[in-house]
Amino acid sequence: MTVLTQRTIDVIRKNEGGLLVNWTANLDATGVSRDARVSPAEIEGQTREFIRLLASNARAGDVSIAGNDWSEARAFLERLSRSRALQGLDSQSTASFIFSLKRPLFDILQEEYASDPAELAAQVWAISELLDALGLHTIRTFQKSREEVIARQQEELLELSTPVVKLWDGVLALPMIGTLDSQRTQVVMESLLQRIVETGAEIAIIDITGVPTVDTLVAQHLLKTVTAIRLMGADAIISGVRPQIAQTIVHLGIDLQGIVTKANLAGALALALQRTGFTVHRDR
Amino acid sequence: MDRIPILRMGEFLLVTIQVDMHDQLALTLQDDLAENINQHGSKGVLIDISALDIVDSFIGRMIGTISGLSKVMDAETVLVGMQPAVAITLVELGLTLPGVSTALNVERGMRLLRERVHAQ
Repeated sequence: MTVLTQRTIDVIRKNEGGLLVNWTANLDATGVSRDARVSPAEIEGQTREFIRLLASNARAGDVSIAGNDWSEARAFLERLSRSRALQGLDSQSTASFIFSLKRPLFDILQEEYASDPAELAAQVWAISELLDALGLHTIRTFQKSREEVIARQQEELLELSTPVVKLWDGVLALPMIGTLDSQRTQVVMESLLQRIVETGAEIAIIDITGVPTVDTLVAQHLLKTVTAIRLMGADAIISGVRPQIAQTIVHLGIDLQGIVTKANLAGALALALQRTGFTVHRDR
Repeated sequence: MDRIPILRMGEFLLVTIQVDMHDQLALTLQDDLAENINQHGSKGVLIDISALDIVDSFIGRMIGTISGLSKVMDAETVLVGMQPAVAITLVELGLTLPGVSTALNVERGMRLLRERVHAQ
């Protein structure tokens, strides 16, 4: 069982200033502080704060950061890794911020326990375990923050990628971009049907030029959307069927009967105008 | 309310569903409608479901049945005003209502019905 002795903690408290200087030097050497996204003043504030927390939160005994004693330090590290995740720094530089404190700490322990190698080994081990735990906690929070960022971006992408465009009186178009999965189809279907109700459009064109691949699942989603549009009392046209996609659809044996498909959006618009009774002609 | 009123407009029948449908109400409507088509020799039926925001598979099937029975009795059926949520639900339930004509609102539904009947 590795335990932290009061003597070690006293040494850390006594050498706070020296630790800070050595740690900063170490951070400079490893290049962590050279990143332009984090200002030197910010790093200095963070190192000072962390050493203060380390010195005040450490208690003699078992090394575990799960207890209440460490809640302040944990909160500080969570803030730190979250801000770094949002700034776009990688996990390595975030982790080395904590791990580069090891060397200065070991140095002062070596000085203190010079006459007692057995105790020195035990205390180095204890401090090492403590810093590892703190470092891992930082990484865990960092990872979590990054995942939150990704989830938020996914949501934003979902909203961005489903614009319903009015092409003509009574003609709506939905340019689909990206892979169609169940969730996206649901969002797309809802927004399109809602717009049909709002505008009273008779024809909805679904353009799949931007859909990279069509498999049976995507085709099923398309069929569902088309059926829902028909149930509402409007007509659907699918446009932008590229040659490869046409081939895939035929090879997969997907039945698109009863669905009007056009090679491009222009063809679909021409058909829509014809059905709504408009004619387009050229003056010269 | 224990039955849904069926309004007669010339050669057409107009049904507006404004309450949540329960199964007995749907069955009664089906009977009444068949009776009315027979009695008045109606040429078309317009069912407005714009106020209906909840459907289950039974109601979905009932709509299909009404359309089927009017067709047998030589009357066209047009379903109008389906809410987006209802359309999505029916599609997810697999009730695509093949053979049922639809329109966005009553006005367009009427026009469609007239075109159909006069084309005959």
